[in-house]
Parts: sequence; C-alpha cells; structure tokens
Amino acid sequence: MTTSTARTLAAEILEATGINAATCYQCGKCSAGCPMASESDLRPHQVMRRVMYGPRERALQDESVWLCLTCETCSARCPNDCDPARVIDAVREIGFESGQAVIPRAISAFHKAFLAQIRSNGRLHEMGMVMEYKLRSRDLMKDVTNAPGMFARGKLNLRPDRIDGVAEVKRIFERCGVTP
Amino acid sequence: MSAAAEATAQAGTGTAAQPQTGRGVAYYPGCSLHGTSPEFDLSLRAVVQALDIPVTEIDDWNCCGASSGHTTDHLLGVALPARNLALAEAQGFDRVLAPCAACYNRLSAAHLAVAHEDGLAERMPEILGRPFANSVEVFNAVQMLHEAAETIAEKAAAPSAIPNPLKGIKVAAYYGCLLVRPAEVCGGDDPEQPTSMDEVISACGADPVDWNMKVECCGGAFSVSRTASVVRLGRAIVDDARRCGAEAIVVACPLCHSNLDLRQKAMATRGEKPLPVLFITEVVGLALGLPAESLGLKRHFVATEPFLQDLAVRAAKREAAEKTARDEAAAKAAVRAAKRAAAEAEAAATAAAAPGAPEGGEAQ
Repeated sequence: MTTSTARTLAAEILEATGINAATCYQCGKCSAGCPMASESDLRPHQVMRRVMYGPRERALQDESVWLCLTCETCSARCPNDCDPARVIDAVREIGFESGQAVIPRAISAFHKAFLAQIRSNGRLHEMGMVMEYKLRSRDLMKDVTNAPGMFARGKLNLRPDRIDGVAEVKRIFERCGVTP
Repeated sequence: MSAAAEATAQAGTGTAAQPQTGRGVAYYPGCSLHGTSPEFDLSLRAVVQALDIPVTEIDDWNCCGASSGHTTDHLLGVALPARNLALAEAQGFDRVLAPCAACYNRLSAAHLAVAHEDGLAERMPEILGRPFANSVEVFNAVQMLHEAAETIAEKAAAPSAIPNPLKGIKVAAYYGCLLVRPAEVCGGDDPEQPTSMDEVISACGADPVDWNMKVECCGGAFSVSRTASVVRLGRAIVDDARRCGAEAIVVACPLCHSNLDLRQKAMATRGEKPLPVLFITEVVGLALGLPAESLGLKRHFVATEPFLQDLAVRAAKREAAEKTARDEAAAKAAVRAAKRAAAEAEAAATAAAAPGAPEGGEAQ
C-alpha cells in the first residue's frame, strides 16, 4: 500500500527547493531559537529528521509545521545552510496539495479567509476576512471587544477596496493552481 | 508567438526604452497601511514630504499575499508580489518603497526568486498576463530613512521654535523578523545585531538602548488565529525593552505594531506602565518638528498622549536649562569683556599721561 520507498519526501523536497535535508546533522541550533518550539510537538530539527526518515504520511500529517511563523530564525542560524524554514514551507505545501495536511482549524481558517479576500478583491479587506474567519473557525466571539476601538481609530474599513485588476489576480490563482 | 514570449519581448523593449529617473520612487503601501495601520501611511507621507523624497503610489496594486500565500503555494507566494513589481516597471519606476516589513520581505523575495530560480523568469509573464523584466529594486522605510540619516540629523539638530522632543529619550529599536531575515532578501544589515534603525533613531537625537529582543518574532500573522502565542511572545519583547530602560518601542512593521500595541493590554500582568509603540516614521516626524496629529499618533491603543506630554515637558525644561546656561555664559563673557576694556583703557590712559613717549625719544 505504501509508496514511500518509491519516492521519499526528502527527494521530493530536494527536487522542489534544491535543499537536501540529509545535510542536517541535528545540532538543534534551529530549535533553540524557534519561538514556537515550546508549543510544538516537533521542533525544527525533528521536522528535518522526519522528512529524511518518514514515514512520509507522518511527516505530512504532523500539525507542528503549521505552527511555524516563518520567522526564519532557524534558517538564519543553521550552521550548515539547511534552511529548515524553506523545508517546513515545502512540507506544508506538499501536505496541503495532497490533501494529507492536518491543519489546526483556526490556522487553516485564517489562511483560507485571507486568500479568499485577495482572490475576490485583489486586496485584503480585514473586516471581510475576520467575518469569513469566524465562520470557518467557528470562533464567533473572537476579538469582538477590539472592533469598536479599531473602528474609532480608523483601522477598520467597512467596504472592501476592490482593484481594477481583480480578474488578473483571479487568473494568477488559477495558474498557480490555488483555490482558497 | 506565445503570450509569454510576447510579454517577455515587450518587457525587454520597455526597460531598454525608459530608464526612469524623474518620477521618484514607486510607493507600495500594502493592505495594512490602507487598513489597520493608517498612521504608518500618514507618517510616512508626511516624512517623505518633509525630506523632499517624491513618492507615487503604484496604480492598482494588489495584496502581496503575506503570509498565507507562500505558506500555501510557493509559486503563488512569488506571483502575487511579482504583479506589483510588474506594475511599477510598467509605470516607469526602477525602485519600489514597501514600508510594511511583510510586504517588503515578500516583494524582495519574489524579486530574488525570479532572478535566481530556474524557469521562473520565463514563466512569470504568462502567469501574470503582463510583461515582466524583474528590473525594479525593492527597499523599505528603514532603508530609505537610513539613506537620509544625515539630512534628518541636520534638521533634527537645527534650532527651531519647538525644541526637538526626542533629544536624550531612550527607545528600543525593534526589527522583528521580516526586516532582517533571510539576510539575502533583506539587504545589508546584520540579521542578529542590526543597527540601521538604531542609527536613524540616533539621527533623530534619541538614544537607542542595547537590548536582547531586537530580532525576536512577535508572532506575526497568528494575531487572529493563535492570539495566546502572540501575547506570550509579545510580553517577552515588551518586558525586555522596559528592563533595558526603553521609554518606547520603535517598529517598522504593521504586524509587529499591532501585536505589541493592540495586544499589550493582554500582556500586562503586574500592572506595569504601558510602553508606547511608535512607527519609525512617527519618530522621524517628531524629530523633524511635524505636529503629532499629522503623524497619526492618536490612533494607537497604548495612548501616546502622556508620553508626548512628558517629552514636551522635558524638552521645555532642557531648553530652559540650556537657555540659563547660555545666559550665564553670556553674562560671564560680558564681565570678562568689560574687565578687558577697562584694563585697556587704563593702559591707554597711563601711556597718554607719560609725555616723552618711547617713540618720541627715538625720534630725537
């Protein structure tokens, strides 16, 4: 059933990004600086390990990669230029496209709501994004107390700022194969 | 001819025909400066005007996709910002100013990816449906102000009716992630110990403090989806700035600003005094003597009024002390001058009282 021997995740990532996860010698410097390490099951050096030594499904299904903020501290400090941040991005991308990713509901809702806004307006409309986020995440009461303060400070626009080139932006999504 | 080939051909002639110089720089505000951080936009526009740097907003720009774009699909993460670079190019610019750190990072990363990744330069015109030669350089607000640091320093030190409120004020320059990492995307500053924003702050007459959290992450885009993480990370940053003597934190990213400003109330556990969070453009604006209202300083969640009042009081005291010192020095100089004049007069009188002066003697 499993095809993980045919093509490893590491090989796929090497092809997509040019990064060879096998060059990671597990020093753990990436994890020492990772701001989300204390909240993640797998820390960056462990993601690198799992990418190398599957099983593929477990690497793609781990939710830790979705807690990565792409702050790039790991990649900046890696003594062997393994670029864990780019590897984590690739794991997310492969997991997302293959439908195997297990994304925490709130984070998935945020990304989908964000991209849906860009696709339909060309720009982000925060109010619309937050509304859509609430529906998708089912966290309806999130930040409601902040809304009046933001509105009073001119930080919330009621209407979206739709660009003329919206069709162009939709086409970019299509050509990249992304449907939020 | 395929659409891509045609587009590339057009792009080629486009850049060859018009090396642009006259219109200044293209301005890419991004969604945050049009939405949740209007004060960054206001203060930036006020400052570039005061510094005589003409900027023109890119017509019909789109969101750069940070950070959901690249998290979901690498190609989308390049193509969304690339459309803006293509627009800037078509509108005759060779430099794009992207003040938002996240936009800057995505635009600059897209520029690099198209320049270096196999096949991207060829595919991009087809994906964008536009000619694209990738000829536009991207820079951020800190880099722009760093280039203008000498002018800022001169103007900030020049005598004026309103004394520079920032002189001697201790602030923490907070860079976060996206202004410094990855280093190849972010220009020349050191990714662990950056100094460019500190130098702009010094040019303003303020004192940047040494502290530990300059380049730590504030939690970025998790503000909405994982607020508890953002509060945990933000608290460490604000606490360290306070411990190191900062009276305010200075940022150049709307996400950092919102995470440290809007979320600061949730961080305070021991009733600490809130620490104002200012955009670097607001700081420069204050140093240049621009009024606080024109810089959007009233739009923050951590109120800036008490801080600004304190600065004004201290500036007035400092000014008074300097004036007293100046007056005293002038009085002393006057006394010295009077004494000298008296001595000279005495000497002249003595000379006049003695007939048969040396020169007369010589003549004989």
